[in-house]
This record gives sequence, C-alpha cells and structure tokens, in this order.
Amino acid sequence: MKILVCISKTPDTTAKIAFTDNNTKFDTGGVQWIINPYDEWYALVRAIELKEADPSTVIHLVTVGAADAEPIIRKALALGGDEAIRVNADNHDSYYIASQIAEVAKQGGYDLIFTGKETIDYNGSSIGGMVSELLDLPYVSLAAKFDLAGTKATITREIEGGEEMNEVELPLVVSCQKGMAEQRIPNMKGIMGARTKPLKVVDPVAVDTLTSVAGFGLPPAKAGVKLVSPDNVEELVRLLHEEAKAI
Amino acid sequence: MPVLIFIDTAEGHVKKSSLEVLTYGAKVAEQLGTTAEGVVLGSVTEDLAALGKYGVKKIHHVAADALNHFDAQVFAKVLAQVAEASGAKVIVFSNNLSGKAIAPRLSVRLKAGLVSGAVALPDTSNGFVVKKNVFSGKAFANITVNTDIKIIALSPNAYQTLAGEGAAEVVSFNASIDAAKVKVTGVSKASGEVPLTEAEIVVSAGRGMKGPEHWGIVEDLAKVLHAATACSRPVADAHWRPHNEHVGQTGFAIAPNLYIAIGISGAIQHLAGVNRSKVIVVINKDPEAPFFKAADYGIVGDAFEVVPKMTEAIKKIKGTA
Ligand SMILES: Cc1cc2nc3c(=O)[nH]c(=O)nc-3n(C[C@H](O)[C@H](O)[C@H](O)COP(=O)(O)OP(=O)(O)OC[C@H]3O[C@@H](n4cnc5c(N)ncnc54)[C@H](O)[C@@H]3O)c2cc1C
Ligand SMILES: Nc1ncnc2c1ncn2[C@@H]1O[C@H](COP(=O)(O)O)[C@@H](O)[C@H]1O
Repeated sequence: MKILVCISKTPDTTAKIAFTDNNTKFDTGGVQWIINPYDEWYALVRAIELKEADPSTVIHLVTVGAADAEPIIRKALALGGDEAIRVNADNHDSYYIASQIAEVAKQGGYDLIFTGKETIDYNGSSIGGMVSELLDLPYVSLAAKFDLAGTKATITREIEGGEEMNEVELPLVVSCQKGMAEQRIPNMKGIMGARTKPLKVVDPVAVDTLTSVAGFGLPPAKAGVKLVSPDNVEELVRLLHEEAKAI
Repeated sequence: MPVLIFIDTAEGHVKKSSLEVLTYGAKVAEQLGTTAEGVVLGSVTEDLAALGKYGVKKIHHVAADALNHFDAQVFAKVLAQVAEASGAKVIVFSNNLSGKAIAPRLSVRLKAGLVSGAVALPDTSNGFVVKKNVFSGKAFANITVNTDIKIIALSPNAYQTLAGEGAAEVVSFNASIDAAKVKVTGVSKASGEVPLTEAEIVVSAGRGMKGPEHWGIVEDLAKVLHAATACSRPVADAHWRPHNEHVGQTGFAIAPNLYIAIGISGAIQHLAGVNRSKVIVVINKDPEAPFFKAADYGIVGDAFEVVPKMTEAIKKIKGTA
C-alpha cells in the first residue's frame, strides 16, 4: 500500500488578514505558518493510522510550494510519513497545483491519495477533485470515515443532512474532514526522526494557469452590536422581526 | 452559447441550493445577453418545466437510472457531454457538497477555469472576474478567469432565490454513461431536522451551556424558529453534541440569514465558520466576550434565563403561544 498525502501551508488560524501591493498580495508580515488543519488532523493522521494497522504501508507527502514550505513539510514528517516531495513552485491557481500533484502521483504509483477538505486560506475545495480527474480515478469528497479491507475502501461521506456510505476499489482520491481521525501532537522521537527522512525537491512541470487573483478585499466592518437588556428579551425578538426581518 | 446550470437533486427532489443557482445563472445569462439552460442527472419526481420560473429556458434531462447514485467521476463525464453539446461558455454549480466534488473534475475535463465559493455575479466590464470568499470568510478575492469556458460554483445562501413566471422546455439528453466505481451502500439521514448547511436560521450553543443535559432550551428555541442546531468545537469534542453540528474553521462553514450564538465566546476559529451569516445574535453573560464585536444584536445575560424567554417571545409573534 502506498499513500500520498497532500500537505499545504496556511497562515495560522489566528493570523491577521491584511493585503499589500495595492491589495493584490497577502501580507505575510508576522504571520505564523501551519500545516492546513484538514491536511494535518484528518488526512495525515488517518494515513498514519492505516500504516499503524498495516506496517507495510508507505506514506509519501507532497507539497507544491517554495522553499519556505519546508518547515511545514518537516513538521508533517515529524507526525509520520516516510518521505516527502516538494514541487518547487510558487503559488499558482488550483489547476496548476493539482497538475503538479498529479504528476508526482503518476511517478509514484499510489494506491490512495488523501487531500484535506479545503485550504483555510484559499477555500478552494478543488484540488482533490482536479487531481482525481487528471488521473482518471474515482473521487470521494468530504469523507468523515475511511476504512480499508485489502483493496476495498469503505468510506462515509457527508451529504446534505446526513451521511452516505460508499465502497470503492483502490486506487482512489479522497478529501478528508472532521471525523476521519483525531488531532495528534508530534513527539520528540518523531521530530528527531523527521530530520533524516528524505525530502526530495522536484521541478514543476509546465502547466497553464486557468485563473488569477485580480485583487483582495476585506468585508465591510459590522456597524456594531445593538445590545438589549436581558430583562427585555421581547424587544430583541421585536428587532429581529421588524428591523432585521430575520424571523 | 447558453449559460449551463447544474441542477442538483436528492432523492428525486431539486435542492434549495439549486434554486439559488438557477436564479443566479439566469442573471448571468441576462448579463451576457444569452439564455440559461439547466441540466438534471437521474430520475426526478418533480415537474422540471416549472423550474422555468427561475429564468431557465431549457432543461436537459439525462434520466438514466444509472445516475440515481452519485459518483463524481461519472457525473463529470456526463456533464461534459451536455456542456459540449449545448456549447455553453459559462457553467454554474452550487458550491454545495455535490458541486465541490464535480465542478473541479469538470474544470479539468473542459480545461475551464473554476471559481469555487463565488459570492456575487461576475464582473464582465474588464475580462471575467468573480468575487469569492477566501481566508474562511475573513476576506474576499476577485478571481479573473482566463479560459474560454468558465465555471462558477456559487456559495450556498449567497444569492437570493427569485421566482417569476415561465416554463422551461424539458428535453431528454442521451449521454454515454460509464459504470460507477463508487458503490453507495447506505444512507443515514437525521430525519425531520433542518440540514445545517441549508438552514435559513441556525441556533448554536457552546461551552457556556455547561453540559449536554441543558440543551433542551436550545432545541426548543430552534424548534420555534424551524432552525438547525449547531455547536462550538469543544462541545462536539466533548461529545455533548454530534460531530455534524460543529461549525467553524475545522467544522462546517455556514451562511444562514440568522445565527444565534448562545454561550459561545466567539474565538476567531469559530467566527471563521459563521461570519458570513447575515444577522448574528449573541447571548453571553460576559460583556467582554469577543463574539459581541462580530454581532448585530446581543444580550449580556445568563443563557438559562434569556433563552427560554426568547422562545416564548417568538411563539407570541408567531401566534403559536
Ligand atoms: C486550529 C484550531 C481550529 C479550531 N477550530 C474551531 C472550530 O472550527 N470551531 C470552534 O468553535 N472552535 C474551534 N477552535 C477552538 C476555539 O479556539 C475555541 O476554543 C472554541 O471556539 C471555544 O468554544 P466555546 O465558545 O464554546 O467555549 P468557551 O471559549 O469556553 O466560551 C464559553 C462562553 O460561554 C459564556 N458563558 C458561560 N456561562 C454562560 C451562561 N450561563 N450564559 C451565557 N453565556 C455563558 C462564557 O462567557 C464564554 O464566553 C479551534 C482552535 C484551533 C487552535
Ligand atoms: N500547494 C499545495 N501543495 C500540496 N497540496 C495542496 C496544496 N494546496 C492544496 N493542497 C491540498 O488540496 C486540498 C484542498 O485545497 P483547496 O482546493 O485549495 O481548498 C488541501 O487540503 C491540501 O490537501
């Protein structure tokens, strides 16, 4: 069993969101970078659990990013995973990133590709679907549970107002969300071990980008909260009904 | 060169999010001086012609039973055939659960630039630019689509459904359909409840409720409002409430008309999932709770006293007391 886990680097969840260069670039000043939570907590940890259940499993990590993504990929290696591949490319659109991942996947011959549900900065929810189409593989998105028996995957995915149970033969692409696994903290042994694990840097393949960012903006600030006394709950309900027209 | 709209269904019914994309797609078509067409995959129990009232002129129906179960790979191939046959240059999805699975696949198949999570109509004054949410609702980005064919996946609840008059011509479309590789072996639905991601009103509660045994007042309030219930992450982690109620950065992102937060402090990771709600009401006993900064209305008070009073007051205006 060979698993490829897609790891992306995102600003810490508490990072201040601001833009520079006439609102065309994200202001990275003072930003702490983390592994995208969905990639770390759910995709990677579930892959590690599968390896724990079957030690013959091999886990590779892939990230598409510049050299500044290395601390992130090292941290992912510290959690688990056998080796990492960094496609040395700056940020581009989802199609570009997916094409790089698909190329790595073709070279590596993986049985299973895990992505996170979405990145918390771009919120594309697209890379997994794109990779699966590029490789002509089945895709199960927003998986909340994943189990394997031989080459058969049993997956629970989210549907509106409930869940659906799926069975799919490998190879397969899955996007992972809450429910897949529980968050883990890397231990000392993992952190030490990660230093010597292979981290391969490869050049990107030439791919068109289909979209580009014209600019960013911040949503208008809220006008400020209207406080109502706890002794006058009826007034709140009246405001919601008559002023906000929300009920 | 029509605008093509994917009309998503569940158990033969057109989803609410599909009505939003129908309205939106019709508007895009009007903006581009063309017509809107829809596409439905699988059997339906509804009268598709009636969807004409949202502005679509024609609906391509691929009624094969093989499409009654969802498989993104199969669906994307069928949609590509419809898109090619109709000559559509703009294809619209809801960025709901199905849209998130198929739109990226279709994007690759047609080599069409995709904007997922769109929140406004495209700006066609200079190229084709679509506004989308980024940084989990803390900012937006204007995305230029550089390809001949463009795909937009519209955020649920971002565009108001508008029904007018009219009937669509329903034509059956003969597609070549692959055998599905994803086998659906079961479905479990929380029956009778309002699905969280489609809900107009969400009543949500956090650690301030002290324990799962106190959720009765939250549920009562949700019931009078026909609202879905949600919770903060520690509440789901402690198993006070099920996983699928967890909203925020790592849970669901929602954008209801009204979000009522009870005993939730308003941590930035929580706000990331709910900050696109139109109206936010916060009930918290701590006047310093950060949530008040993101709120439209608030009560500084004890949830155990305020919430039951609120339920009663709503019953009164709804005439159900
Ligand atoms: C990477 C990361 C991702 C995260 N993702 C999420 C996420 O997706 N969703 C999420 O919710 N959190 C998330 N968190 C956790 C988040 O930071 C907060 O810890 C969490 O939201 C706090 O939950 P809470 O408001 O229910 O509890 P608390 O912070 O404990 O707040 C309880 C509130 O209840 C009030 N209260 C107490 N008693 C009463 C009463 N009787 N009446 C009225 N009010 C009362 C208190 O004043 C307080 O404000 C994440 C954290 C990290 C680091
Ligand atoms: N630059 C990247 N390198 C590797 N994987 C990525 C990258 N960007 C996104 N991904 C993966 O794709 C998932 C979905 O990303 P997105 O479509 O941008 O929301 C993420 O959770 C990651 O698993």
